[in-house]
Amino acid sequence: MSGFNSIALKTIWIKECTRFLRIWVQTLVPPAITMTLYFIIFGSIVGSRIGEMGGRPYMEFIVPGLIMMSVITNSYSNVASSFFSAKFQRNIEEMLVAPVSTAVIIAGYVGGGVARALVVAVIVTLVSFLFVDNVQLHHGVILVLTVILTSTLFSLAGLINAVYAKTFDDISIVPTFVLTPLTYLGGVFFSINLLPGIWQTIAQANPIVYMVNAFRYGFLGISDVHVGVAMGVIVLFNLAFFVIAYQLLQRGVGIRS
Amino acid sequence: MKALSIRGLRKVYKGGVEALKGIDLDVNQGDFFALLGPNGAGKSTTIGVISSLVNKTAGTVSVFGYDLDTQLVDLKRQIGLVPQEFNFNQFETVQQIVVNQAGYYGVPRDVAKQRSQQYLTQLGLWEKRNSPARTLSGGMKRRLMIARALLHEPKLLILDEPTAGVDIELRRSMWDYLEQINKQGITIILTTHYLEEAESLCRNIAIIDGGSIIENTSIKRLLATLNMETFVLDLDPNSVSGTVTLQDFQWRQVDDHTLEVDVQKSKGLNSVFAQLSEQNIQVLSMRNKANRLEELFVNLVEQGRQSGSKAGAK
Repeated sequence: MSGFNSIALKTIWIKECTRFLRIWVQTLVPPAITMTLYFIIFGSIVGSRIGEMGGRPYMEFIVPGLIMMSVITNSYSNVASSFFSAKFQRNIEEMLVAPVSTAVIIAGYVGGGVARALVVAVIVTLVSFLFVDNVQLHHGVILVLTVILTSTLFSLAGLINAVYAKTFDDISIVPTFVLTPLTYLGGVFFSINLLPGIWQTIAQANPIVYMVNAFRYGFLGISDVHVGVAMGVIVLFNLAFFVIAYQLLQRGVGIRS
Repeated sequence: MKALSIRGLRKVYKGGVEALKGIDLDVNQGDFFALLGPNGAGKSTTIGVISSLVNKTAGTVSVFGYDLDTQLVDLKRQIGLVPQEFNFNQFETVQQIVVNQAGYYGVPRDVAKQRSQQYLTQLGLWEKRNSPARTLSGGMKRRLMIARALLHEPKLLILDEPTAGVDIELRRSMWDYLEQINKQGITIILTTHYLEEAESLCRNIAIIDGGSIIENTSIKRLLATLNMETFVLDLDPNSVSGTVTLQDFQWRQVDDHTLEVDVQKSKGLNSVFAQLSEQNIQVLSMRNKANRLEELFVNLVEQGRQSGSKAGAK
């Protein structure tokens, strides 16, 4: 569909932001509580016995990873649940009958996912101030770019999941069986340099490794992978997921008869 | 220019069900048009294709000259859709729903808010503007869907059974409103199960069954083809001593004071009254029974099915 409908884009984005702010107890409070527990258990209690990782106190080392973990899960679940609810209640039809292009629908939903991820990132960062005295930013541009690109990527992934989902259970399968394991193995709590040879190579096939390390570089200036390569991987995944999401919606998979 | 023009429209769903078998349909600008048919006839599929919720298999559709395949954006701007089922976000407020819908059509937010006051007031929903949609009654939800469909000011309003489950009083007020906006120039296409609704509101009609249009004409012309009417006569019970008899008419004595008589237009009613007078029976009042259109509708659908099965037998 030709023509850029900027008012529709703004409308979808406002609708999405209103949604996650309206249910803030479900969307914004849980990451604050969960991350506080992570900081206490892994950072303070376990971390004090670990000492340093990557040349930094363990608590400082895990801060970027935990922020990125929140960004990933929140951007994903925001779009997955919102888009699936729109399908389930059939109010997705409000957009489908209107002159709203596929790209605008994707941009609106992804914009909502990114907005929630940014709000959660700020909340978790503020929580980390309670546990880390010396929070510093090494490279602000890399930091912001990584958060935006990562939340965009997982918003797209959530959208693709919602397109295929037929029940509410279907939107929890991917986070449980794919996202959580990849995140835990993605270098949030450890440097992948600690892994034995073959496992280090396998770990590099995990895209979340690149996101966590690029973000950690922006925060602390340390990374297990080359930051340029990491940014390249994130951009490539974004392009691939956008093309998939665009094709699915354009063909009307799961939304048109 | 036609408000709607459909040629050779086919829809075959996955699994092979042929919901539309190459229909042709025209709706004139400014018309109030009824699309009737039994459940599963293809009404909602037709509306789904026009509003681009259903992908067609073959054929062409144009709305005010805009082609569905090549001018989809312009085509969509012409249409306001009131679907059969509630399809708004139940957790959003009434005003959010209509303002957001206008936003999807490119109406700026401040303009949409102004219009929302106008349309929600007209439909008796302004007081409920800050209420979540889930708290509305069924009738209010129906009216909300009409307001939502009108906010971008379409030229063609399509209503898929808009008064289903709505009480009589509210249904009448919705009819009045629809007639009013039709007079203002909005072309309306209506599907309904209430044939009285089609007879009261619409000027032209298409009857669809089994994916084919089996009749497409004006309501007046269609009703003119009906040569038999049933009248209900209320009799004075004191004047009825036994069984009533009528020569040359089909009739049923419902009880001791109610008589139903089938009258062919060519015969008239004089003979009925003459025969009752001869029996000293007093007629207190008389009314036309039931829905004439309903009778026609049933006849047409049955004829269509019989001819279809004969063709199949060949």
